[in-house]
Amino acid sequence: MAAPPTSRESGNAFLLILLAKRVASGLLTLFLVSLVVFIISGLLPGDAAQEMLGQSATPEAVAALRQQMGLDQPAAVRFLRWLAGLLGGDPGFSLVANMPVADIIASRLPNSLILAALSTLVAVPLALTIGITSAMRQGGRLDRALNTTTLAMVALPEFLIATIAVLIFAVELRWLPSIALVPAQGGFLDLLRALAMPILSLSIIVVAQMARMTRAAIIAQLGLPYVEMARLKGVSPARLVLVHVLPNAIAPIVNAMALSLSYLLGGAVIVETIFNYPGLASLMVNAVTSRDMPLLQACAMIFCCAYLSLVLIADTVAILANPRLRNR
Amino acid sequence: MKPHVEVKGLRVTAGGKDDSAITIVEGVDFTIPRGGVLALIGESGSGKTTIALTLMGYARSGCRIAGGSIRLGDTDILGLDEPGLAALRGDRVAYIAQSAAASFNPSKRIMDQVVEPALIHGRMDRKTAEAKAVSLFKALALPQPDSIGNRYPHQLSGGQLQRLMAAMALITGPELVILDEPTTALDVTTQIEVLRAFKHAVASQGATAIYVSHDLAVVAQMADQILVLNKGRVREAGVAAQVLQSPTDDYTRTLMAAARPAPKPAPAVPPAQAPLLEIKGLFAGYGKVDNTGRPEIPVLRDISLSIAKGATLGVIGESGSGKSTLARVVAGLIRPASGAVNFDGQRLPGGLEQRSRDQFRRIQLVFQNADTALNPAHSVEEILGRPLRFYHGLKGAAQRKRMAELLDLIRLPASLAGRACSGLSGGQKQRINLARALAAKPDLILCDEVTSALDTVVGAAILDLLAELRRELGLAYMFISHDIGTVCAICDDIMVLYGGTAVEIGPRAAYQAPPFHPYTDLLVGSVPELRAGWLEEQAARPAPPAIGPALDGADLCRFLPRCTARIDGLCNQFTPPRHHLPGGSDILCHHPEAVN
Ligand SMILES: Nc1ncnc2c1ncn2[C@@H]1O[C@H](COP(=O)(O)OP(=O)(O)OP(=O)(O)O)[C@@H](O)[C@H]1O
Ligand code: SF4
Ligand SMILES: [Mg+2]
Repeated sequence: MAAPPTSRESGNAFLLILLAKRVASGLLTLFLVSLVVFIISGLLPGDAAQEMLGQSATPEAVAALRQQMGLDQPAAVRFLRWLAGLLGGDPGFSLVANMPVADIIASRLPNSLILAALSTLVAVPLALTIGITSAMRQGGRLDRALNTTTLAMVALPEFLIATIAVLIFAVELRWLPSIALVPAQGGFLDLLRALAMPILSLSIIVVAQMARMTRAAIIAQLGLPYVEMARLKGVSPARLVLVHVLPNAIAPIVNAMALSLSYLLGGAVIVETIFNYPGLASLMVNAVTSRDMPLLQACAMIFCCAYLSLVLIADTVAILANPRLRNR
Repeated sequence: MKPHVEVKGLRVTAGGKDDSAITIVEGVDFTIPRGGVLALIGESGSGKTTIALTLMGYARSGCRIAGGSIRLGDTDILGLDEPGLAALRGDRVAYIAQSAAASFNPSKRIMDQVVEPALIHGRMDRKTAEAKAVSLFKALALPQPDSIGNRYPHQLSGGQLQRLMAAMALITGPELVILDEPTTALDVTTQIEVLRAFKHAVASQGATAIYVSHDLAVVAQMADQILVLNKGRVREAGVAAQVLQSPTDDYTRTLMAAARPAPKPAPAVPPAQAPLLEIKGLFAGYGKVDNTGRPEIPVLRDISLSIAKGATLGVIGESGSGKSTLARVVAGLIRPASGAVNFDGQRLPGGLEQRSRDQFRRIQLVFQNADTALNPAHSVEEILGRPLRFYHGLKGAAQRKRMAELLDLIRLPASLAGRACSGLSGGQKQRINLARALAAKPDLILCDEVTSALDTVVGAAILDLLAELRRELGLAYMFISHDIGTVCAICDDIMVLYGGTAVEIGPRAAYQAPPFHPYTDLLVGSVPELRAGWLEEQAARPAPPAIGPALDGADLCRFLPRCTARIDGLCNQFTPPRHHLPGGSDILCHHPEAVN
């Protein structure tokens, strides 16, 4: 018959190969990105040695510094050195800040991770709830209201959302601080209070996108014959969506989530700036303005890494949720 | 006694709630006694499924039950609210859908889906439900009843899914079961097993049933009473035997006539002896051809056939047997891996590029699905104009004249020329599809399942048309179908394909009575006859006899795994030889005299 006894094992092997392929292509992408980042940062005008010594420096002094910094080496050698450093956890030395890049990042990365994680915790359940509810009430009043709201949220620029949040909660109501500083000590509640507004602003932005994708993915399933069959079995509307439809819609939903969530880390520049929050995105912007190449490269690699991991997770979930792939 | 199901004045509308609504079912009344089986028959669009679904208080989106009453036992179904209906559905009334493959949730195991109705309606706990499911799997003659529930829908065949869906419907012991064309998507050989399993399972539960179908012969096996529908209205109602034997309504008679097309008379002038199309030792398939001359996915094996000028060859076989592949090879859409295709004495080049325009013109292919073959945005004029220009250089008045002739040939009014295809009915589209082929003035038309997508009445009209065209124009056809009745009605010679090999080829007369090749025998014996009791007379087929392992690498009979006549030491060791049967056909089998 269709499933010989060995299908389970061969299925698992197949799954591992499939996942290994995804990981391998992720790593390849990462390598290509590193190449591109390296080349582009080399194309930016100016030279770190020149920059440090200023316009009035003698060519000899510049040359000496270049040699010291290894800038006179061929590009390939510099690239490989840099790559080896990255892999070894040493992304180089920032001449602008006069400290190792690793140290700068270590001071910022946790902040970004905390903000992203808390926003995810708020946004994902909220998006799922909104998406599912409006899909279930498709065409109804609630659906139309939610639809208009999320559409407005997608369309509103984030600086506007953040500014309005500050005006309401910090200026008018005076409930929350307008500047989000991670408290050095104090409990989780203090942290929440401090980060409430950045979390709020970021969540609003990603919730809207995720909720709309969730709704679309579920509605695409609702027209299929198996849904009619489930209704004719007497399945309740809630069970229909949660037990029958959701597992089939999970792939497009997690994909949309991966895209939205990767934004929480790298796209938070404006929110970080408005709330003066010491995160990674504003760090990267600073690195661009101060031509701090090693720092810029490291930030770019971190964002890319985060993005690819999220996509990889989404792919894995999608594969595991599909019995055709899981069970050959 | 009070009837178990009573429907009165049922009216269903589509569209809005106001005047713009169109009525799709009107004035339908019927009753079914407890344990009775009522069949709803009619062509597509006659409202069969719509009526069946109202018994569950359900109307498809866009439709609305606008009036009438439906009573099941003491329950007034149209008076129930949503929770009340949900409690009824899947518990007291169960539904078996037309396409089981699409109606199972692809991401859940079969067992979870089968026991779900029992669990959500609180009929039993999970353990009891699973035990009951396994016993139903056994009763429905499913393989490996203890473990089949662990599979996912994609791991099962269409026939198995259809029976699993029956198990899902019967698990709560419903008082009413609705079967909506449950075997239409199956090959005849599978259909007979499924019908037997359904009938037994429904009867043993003492359930009342509604059986929806367009196939009268199937209905004859299943129903006590028949309701004939046309355009949402009842044309005739009565006891099954009476309706089938002495129908009183004209429409019922049309349906009956269409169900078993009468053999079309062959042209008066006997077909010429010189073959028009001759195929010798053809191997073909898909994918790259390796250096031994075999394609990556081999489909056709060693096919030889010939069609004389003006003759018709029928090609029959189950889904996936390679029928369409054969047509594509002749049309030049697939290159043969080896073997020769000769047309009118000349070797036909394998690919389209090497064929001349005249070779193109003389062989035309007509597809099953006119909907996808014709661009809906184009008008009839544009569709017919292209081949007229391309092959014959006709323009202006000459083109219009020829177009009028063509429309006349396919019995459509000339006024249709300006209409867009999207506005035509299924039968009209298939006629236009045919006219497009005729526009080239071909010698051979390859008809791939040209009537399969049409319902019986419309399909029968197309068959008549094909026979007339053949007489008038001296056309030769290769007529492909999975339905042996259709093929026997129109073809001079018939070839039976199984797994890409021609297991039997011979004149139409040879298929009227045995002996046959064992597969032809199965095929012929599985076509239901239009009388009650036929199903019961068909003793369940014995399992194929045990044989030793098949010899590795030998080019064995494809039918071996399913053949009940297989011979140990012969069929599993050697390539079957060709034999000539007294009836006039050649078979590929180890039995010198075919068995029955
Ligand atoms: N483009 C393709 N590539 C690979 N394999 C194909 C392709 N088209 C058909 N096949 C395979 O070739 C075999 C024969 O297919 P074909 O379409 O000729 O069958 P058929 O007899 O016409 O079936 P049906 O009655 O379902 O139309 C099948 O196993 C099918 O899966
Ligand atoms: S060759 Fe053998 S297996 Fe094949 S059809 Fe004939 S008897 Fe059956
Ligand atoms: Mg086909």
